Amino acid sequence: MAGSSTTLQTAYFGSYVPLLAIIVVGVLLVFAMFGGNALLRPSHATPEKLLTYECGVDPVGEGWAQTHVRYYVYAYLYVVFAVDAVFLFPWATVFAGLGWVSVAEMGVFIGFIAVGLVYAWRKGVLTWT
Amino acid sequence: MTTLAVSPLLSESVGDFTKPSIEYFDLSPLLIIIGVALAGVIVEAFVPRRLRYVVQTLVAVVGTIAALVMTVFVALGLEPRGDNAGFGAIAAEGAIAVDGPTVFLWGTILVLTLISVFLFAERHLEGGVTAFAGQAAALPGTEAEREASTKGLEHTEVFPLMMFAVAGMLLFPASNDLITMFVALEILSLPLYLLCGLARRRRLLSQEAALKYFMLGAFSSGFFLYGIALVYGYAGSMNLGDIAEAVSGTIGADPLLLGGIGLLAVGLLFKVGAAPFHAWTPDVYQGAPTAVTAFMAACTKVAAFGALLRLFYVGFGAARWDWTPMIWVVAILTMATGCVLALTQSDIKRMLAYSSIAHAGFILTGFVGLNAVATPGTAELTSLQAVLFYLVTYGFMTIGAFAVVTVVRDSSGEATHLSRWSGLGKESPFVAGVFAFFLLGMAGIPLTSGFTGKWAVFTSAWQGGAWPLVVVAALLSAVAAFFYIRVIVLMYFSDPVGEGPTVVMPSVLTTIVIAVGFAATVALGVVPGPVLDLAAHAGQFVR
Repeated sequence: MAGSSTTLQTAYFGSYVPLLAIIVVGVLLVFAMFGGNALLRPSHATPEKLLTYECGVDPVGEGWAQTHVRYYVYAYLYVVFAVDAVFLFPWATVFAGLGWVSVAEMGVFIGFIAVGLVYAWRKGVLTWT
Repeated sequence: MTTLAVSPLLSESVGDFTKPSIEYFDLSPLLIIIGVALAGVIVEAFVPRRLRYVVQTLVAVVGTIAALVMTVFVALGLEPRGDNAGFGAIAAEGAIAVDGPTVFLWGTILVLTLISVFLFAERHLEGGVTAFAGQAAALPGTEAEREASTKGLEHTEVFPLMMFAVAGMLLFPASNDLITMFVALEILSLPLYLLCGLARRRRLLSQEAALKYFMLGAFSSGFFLYGIALVYGYAGSMNLGDIAEAVSGTIGADPLLLGGIGLLAVGLLFKVGAAPFHAWTPDVYQGAPTAVTAFMAACTKVAAFGALLRLFYVGFGAARWDWTPMIWVVAILTMATGCVLALTQSDIKRMLAYSSIAHAGFILTGFVGLNAVATPGTAELTSLQAVLFYLVTYGFMTIGAFAVVTVVRDSSGEATHLSRWSGLGKESPFVAGVFAFFLLGMAGIPLTSGFTGKWAVFTSAWQGGAWPLVVVAALLSAVAAFFYIRVIVLMYFSDPVGEGPTVVMPSVLTTIVIAVGFAATVALGVVPGPVLDLAAHAGQFVR
């Protein structure tokens, strides 16, 4: 058992060697490309080249802008429904074999999620102010 | 093309699909608490504001009592597995183990929750509102905050949040695979992070506590997850029973297993508040509303120790000789840190936080004790039995002590600075007496539950051959007794500073909490037999 577990281990960690090699080669490649580029290109720095590129028009305002916090609630509610779909679709493929009890169970699950939405609605989250 | 390729696979999987069986009766305490939490959310959405407090309190109290009653029925219905193999069964397709220790911990957590609900619902001390922020979204010191407090707003969401945390606490020690355990860990942690930041007074301190707890908690969850990944890589399964089989089939040290054990231990020892993962405890215990501190200190510790025991005894039981030295070191470090640093504290809540760290160390002492299956009728104490008993004694003392902290107040709220407590024995001998008794209990003076608890864990550790650890623990208990007694001396033999502390008469709710904590500390000290027997009857973890 001891011997087999060591070989198992060698195999386990051994399978990561190609991954390590790819990471090392990848990092080297980046340095090689940027290095070659810097050696070959002419260099004429102008202040315009340091501006942020914004689809060809002159950039307006600062790079640090505030996003309205109200968006995050919508992101939350979206995640709620995305997650419920993850469970609903596999269930839909098998529910015919499971009978009405499973429909009731799925109803309870949807009910849990609905409670969250009802709470958000009653607290006025869904109205855009 | 894709549909053609997929559909045979799909129909094949339908053919293989078998309906999972869920043991609704065995899981009923857990399901009731989740239902109560959801009912709380509905109440929050539909009941008018002035009625919410009463309705929420009633829902929480009735729900907890119902869950407690169901726990008793589940306990009576546990099937013996024969030959000292414990009671109970694995439910929910191997995800949850409902066995003797689980049911014992469920009962403990639910009783402690019930009295914590009373602390949460206390309204008398703040002049008609709860001790939680009127409007958590209002920045401290702004017009919005003043407006919220003039209107008398309250966050009654604390009750459903607490119930969600309790659901996680019930699931945590019962989880029989690593993913369920992680989900339970998150369910119990997330509401607690929020609750910590909801204090009505000293809100900046409270918000700082919540942020610190969240950051460090997220960090430790990362350790836990990485530990799960390594153990899965080693055993090829998340299930504790399968992991146990893989572990007992290994000879020699395996880096994957040892790394996994270490990382999982970090995640769990963080929740338990053991050194060197204790750094969050004093700040969070001090900043959080005292009711939340009491609830967190008692119930989280019970749940986390339950999970620690199950993971290490069931999952890694065969690798005992690999992890025992680690627990020795952690136990000694934890006791030393807790006892020594508590000496230097000038804030009563911080002092109690360090005291809870020291208690975690004493419990860890019992954790490495005798692992043999308890033979009914013999005087030998197993580790499991000793730890379960200690958790009960610790929970009641802690909630009681923090309840007393909530009633000693001055104009700016709770008078937590130790200098404000001097001369309390002359001002209000009754409250000072009760608090002195809780402190003596924590120090482990005979005829209190603290003594029986310490005796139980030390005995089991001694019988398990961990006598050097017991000697260290006994020496550090003496150091710990010093700082507890220092507070008693301060209360009785010092003169009040300035106008001195005042004890605000609480409503019947806090009075009940203090009385229950006091009664349990006396009863478990004088007649520990019944609860010890109950812990013994809990038997072993099933796998």
